[in-house]
Amino acid sequence: MPYLMGGYPDIEGSLAIANGYADAGADLIELGVPFSDPLADGPIIQSAGTVALAAGSTLDAVLGVARTMSERLPVVLMAYANIVLARGVDPFIDDLLSAGVSGVIVPDLPIEESLLLFASAQSAGIALIPLAAPTSTDERLAEIGSQARGFLYTVAVSGTTGERGEQSDYGEVLARVREHTDVPVALGFGISRPEQASAAADAGADGVIIGSRLVREALEQPEPAQACKALVEQFAAALR
Amino acid sequence: MTTDRLQHRFGYYGGQYVPETLMPALAELEEAWLSARADPHFEAELALLLRDYAGRPTPLYHAARLSEVAGRKIYLKREDLLHTGAHKLNNALGQALLAVRMGKRRIIAETGAGQHGVASATACALLDLECVVYMGAEDIRRQQPNVQRMGLLGATVVPVEAGARTLKEAVSQAIRDWVTNVGDSHYIIGSAVGPAPYPVIVRDLQRCIGDEAREQILEREGRLPERVIACVGGGSNAIGMFKAFVDDAGVELIGVEAGGEGLEGGRHGAPLAAGGRPGVLHGSLSALLQSDEGQIAEAHSVSAGLDYPGSGPEHAFLRDSGRAQYVAVNDDDALAAFVRTAELEGIIPALEPAHAIHYVLNQPSDSTLDLICLSGRGDKDLAEVLDLLGRS
Ligand SMILES: Cc1ncc(COP(=O)(O)O)c(C=O)c1O
Repeated sequence: MPYLMGGYPDIEGSLAIANGYADAGADLIELGVPFSDPLADGPIIQSAGTVALAAGSTLDAVLGVARTMSERLPVVLMAYANIVLARGVDPFIDDLLSAGVSGVIVPDLPIEESLLLFASAQSAGIALIPLAAPTSTDERLAEIGSQARGFLYTVAVSGTTGERGEQSDYGEVLARVREHTDVPVALGFGISRPEQASAAADAGADGVIIGSRLVREALEQPEPAQACKALVEQFAAALR
Repeated sequence: MTTDRLQHRFGYYGGQYVPETLMPALAELEEAWLSARADPHFEAELALLLRDYAGRPTPLYHAARLSEVAGRKIYLKREDLLHTGAHKLNNALGQALLAVRMGKRRIIAETGAGQHGVASATACALLDLECVVYMGAEDIRRQQPNVQRMGLLGATVVPVEAGARTLKEAVSQAIRDWVTNVGDSHYIIGSAVGPAPYPVIVRDLQRCIGDEAREQILEREGRLPERVIACVGGGSNAIGMFKAFVDDAGVELIGVEAGGEGLEGGRHGAPLAAGGRPGVLHGSLSALLQSDEGQIAEAHSVSAGLDYPGSGPEHAFLRDSGRAQYVAVNDDDALAAFVRTAELEGIIPALEPAHAIHYVLNQPSDSTLDLICLSGRGDKDLAEVLDLLGRS
């Protein structure tokens, strides 16, 4: 499940990267809407977002990428709360629906604040995918788990997005989360090497989200779409 | 365990818009604050520090020469005389004590003008805590004396290079540090902003300003002020002041924001005065400067402490309810008031409250008794102001 910064380096460029992901056998694309103040993101995704905004990326432009890609594979949109609020909750969900988006992740919208979006998404048949963290109490996990639609996004480590070299023990957090939900459990944040991805799968993750590592590839390589495709192939192979 | 809960919403505003990772820490913080403020030992320890270490109560001063210019009586609440030179220490001391109580020995803070950074570094030196302060690179440039003070106090100042390299980015970076180190760290937010329960904790810790001032002015004048005026960055000195008077229906409450280069051009720091749409920044819903798409705008102000596109959620509520009004004063006018106050009263105000002073001196009013919060002193601004005025 590769992450893509919508509109990095520009809209066409991100569409090319997305097609590279799909060609490489991705199961789903997590498509980020750039935001000026992304609190849950580390430096790599932040800087891709800054470039995307400077290149004129907008919610509608990113939804254009979603519209094209959703014909090939499921697209989940990742957008910060203020992007959703600025559009308005119901119009936002309507726009997702018409772009063929299957689910939405709002990293700064904990369950306490997500009632309106949950209701609106639910009635449109779009999955509001909540996040669970290693710091979440069992009480919270139970609530998050029961509200989860589509899948439950489990944050592998306390922190922001960003590559982490060391291999964490994913088993504990996955086991705790799984106990509280019936939907598939995906693991993300810090997974940046194929070995880590297969360790996550071995530890019981139904899906593995690769973010900053791929965004860095797009930032650094002269031919981002090809380089990202090759990298997704490596992750896919490790997970097979 | 207490069953109370602190206020999370001020009408429509406030809330907790943060990554899940932080939610348990916010609950722990709320629990800790409820228990601390009900604990006489904690109260007594903080009160003693505020008195003997920080210098509370601060004086209420009748500014006779400013009064003469304005044509009405003006009192200044002298937070500039508090240890470290601004009201920020009230909050930093209280939250540092709370961190000790929670067993957290590492403190994260952000700073704009450097006053909150200095206050946090000071409290950490006193209580033997590690202190990391995030500060925008532009603010590091324009508030050098405070950067040097923080260094001397043993804090690590981390420059933030993102965006406009000012307060908004420093807060974002501080929150990211907290997300990463939430197990052993407490984030001392410097204003009445952020996710619940921060706006209430900061208000509780700053309301000593207004409580004292109310008592002092009653003693001196035998009546309440007709207007209470304070500058608003995130809004901590203002809410600390307003809280004591909010139930006094006859007292007008006025928050003065940074008008920057003028509200028309969009280069300012006045989301409340400019009617900024509600939005989410740094964990709470409040009035913001933002684009139609929901991208947060960069603020602009000559004063680093007011250079912020957001506002405390309780201020947005007070504005909408009509209980308080919010106005803006431009850069040039604040600079003029800075100089005027020095010349007339022998007091060099910080640039932030200079905005409030300018408003009082220059806007006509029927009021006969004004109370201004002089939230801090201007030593930190000297080099920058002299430079801007071409006098250096
Ligand atoms: C002296 C002084 N006044 C006011 C402010 C603005 O903050 P607040 O609105 O939280 O009082 C600052 C911020 O740094 C300050 O240093």
